[in-house]
Amino acid sequence: MNTAMDEREVAVGGVAPRRPLPSRRRLPGWLLALGGVAVLLVAWKVLVVVAGYPTFVLPAPEVVAARFVRAWADGTIEPYAAATIEEIAVGLVIGVGAALPLGALLGRSRLAEQVLAPYFVAAQATPILAVAPLIALWFGTGLLSMAAICAVVLFFPVTVATMIGVRSVDPRLVEMAAVFRATPRQRLLWVDVPAALPAIMGGLRVGVTLAVVGAIVGEWAGANTGLGVLINLARGSLFDTPLLFATLLTIALLGIGLYLLVVLAERRLVGTRT
Amino acid sequence: MSGSIRVARLGKRFRAPADSTGAVTAGTTLRALDDVTFEVGAREVVAVVGPNGCGKSTLLRLIAGLLTPDEGTVDLGGRPVTGPDPRVGFVFQEPRLLPWASIRDNVGFPLRLADRPEVERQARVAQLLALVDLSGFANARPHQLSGGMRQRAAIARALALEPSVLLLDEPFSSLDALTRERFGLELLGIWERTATTIVLVTHSIPEAVFLADRVLMLSPRPGHVVADIPVGLPRPRAPEQVDTPAGNAVALQIRHWLADGAETSAAVHLEAERREHSDG
Repeated sequence: MNTAMDEREVAVGGVAPRRPLPSRRRLPGWLLALGGVAVLLVAWKVLVVVAGYPTFVLPAPEVVAARFVRAWADGTIEPYAAATIEEIAVGLVIGVGAALPLGALLGRSRLAEQVLAPYFVAAQATPILAVAPLIALWFGTGLLSMAAICAVVLFFPVTVATMIGVRSVDPRLVEMAAVFRATPRQRLLWVDVPAALPAIMGGLRVGVTLAVVGAIVGEWAGANTGLGVLINLARGSLFDTPLLFATLLTIALLGIGLYLLVVLAERRLVGTRT
Repeated sequence: MSGSIRVARLGKRFRAPADSTGAVTAGTTLRALDDVTFEVGAREVVAVVGPNGCGKSTLLRLIAGLLTPDEGTVDLGGRPVTGPDPRVGFVFQEPRLLPWASIRDNVGFPLRLADRPEVERQARVAQLLALVDLSGFANARPHQLSGGMRQRAAIARALALEPSVLLLDEPFSSLDALTRERFGLELLGIWERTATTIVLVTHSIPEAVFLADRVLMLSPRPGHVVADIPVGLPRPRAPEQVDTPAGNAVALQIRHWLADGAETSAAVHLEAERREHSDG
C-alpha cells in the first residue's frame, strides 16, 4: 500500500478506497456459466438425435433430467448418496486430522522431510485403485473402509499444502513473535497456522474433490451401498442407463457442493489480506 | 535503576555467509561487533549511528536478547539480559504486524502471549491506541492503514507490556519524508508520556540530532563505539532546532565521524553485511 497516503484519505473504520474496474459492457458471470451449460445440453441433444444413439447407450439430456428428478423423488438415490456423503465426511475428519500435524512437522523439520518424504511420495504414486481392494480386505466393506480410502486420497494434497504453508511463514513475523516471548505452542497457534491457512485451504479444495473420487473407487472395489454401488447396479442388474447418468450427475453435484463449502469456509477464515 | 542499560565489552561473530557458488569457507567468521562498551541512563534517548554494515542492528538485537553475545554482557537496570526480555519493547524496521489480525489484536499481541486476562487486555489496548492516536482504527486491518499509522501501531505493540526500554531499529526508514518528520515528533511525544529509555538506530543525521540526548558513533565492521556525542539541545524539541548553530555543530561532528569511517570501510564489507542482514 502507498506509504505516502495521508491518514485522512483512509476511510474511517472501513475499507481503503478501491478504484473501480474500467467499466466495459460485460455479461455477469453467472449468465455466462448458464450459457455454457445451455450450449453443452444442446450439443448433447444434437448428438443423440443426429447419431441416433439408443437410450441405453446415450440417453438424451431431458431423459436424464427426468430420471434424476424421479430417482430423487422416489428415494432411489437418496440412501446411496447419504452413505457416500457419510463416508466422505468421516474420511475428511480422519484425513485432515492426520495431514495437518504431519504437514506442520514436515514444514518445520528438514530432517523429518528427508526421512519421511520417500514413503510419503511412494504411497501417493501407488494408484488408489490398486490399494482399494486391500483396504476393503483389511477393514471390510463398510463405512470404515470407504472412509479410509477417502482419507488416504486427500491426505497427500492436504499434507503438502500444510507443509508449504508452514514454510511460507514470514521469518520477520517469527522474529517479532520471539521478541515478545512466544512459546512454541503460541507461535504455532498465533503465527504459523494463520499464515499457513490460505495454502491449507488450497490443499483442501483439491482434497475434497479427490475424496469424492476416493469414495466412488472404494465402493467399486467392494461395498454394500453408496453411489459407486448404484452405478454398478444401474449399468448391471438394473440396466438403467438414464439412472447411471443421474447418479453421475449426483456425484458431480456432490463434488461441486463440497468444493463450494471449502471456498466458503476459506472466505470466512482467511478473509481479506494483502 | 530500572531503564538503565549497561553494555560491557560486547562482541559478536557470525559464520561467514555462503559465497555465490554456494560453498562456505570453513571456519571463517565475520566479526560484527568488537569490544562495544557504553551506558545509557534511565529515560535517556540515545541514537546509534554508523556506516552501513557496522552491526547496529546486531547491537540492538543483543540488547533485546534476540541474539546471544560471544563476548561481554548486557545489563538492564543492573540485571543481565539472557533472552528475549519483558523489560524491552522492540520496534522493527518494518511494522511487522500480523496481516490477518485487526489493529486491536496486533497491539494486544504481547498481552495475549503473556496470558493476560481478556478484560485487562481490552483496557490496555484501548489505552495504547489512544497513546498513538489510532483509537478509531481498532478494527482495521494493517493493509488498510498508511505506512506511518502501521509503524505507530508497532510502537503501541512494543509498549504493551510497559517495558522500561524501547529499542527501535531504523523505524523511519520505511516512511516517506513528510511522515518521517511527523513520526519523530510523535515518538518524542510518546517518550514524554511513558517512562522509557530509548535506543534507536538511524541512518539520518538530522533525526539523530532531533531525537537524541547522545549519539553513539559506531565504526565500520567490526563495529565499536568511536565517539559518544552529546546533543545538548533543550527539550521539548522542535524540528527547527536541528537547524540552529548548536544543532548544526552536532550534525557536523556526526558527519565528521561518518566520513572517517567511510575511508576505512571497503565495498566488500558492505556486500557481506547486506547479505547477512537481508533477512532483517
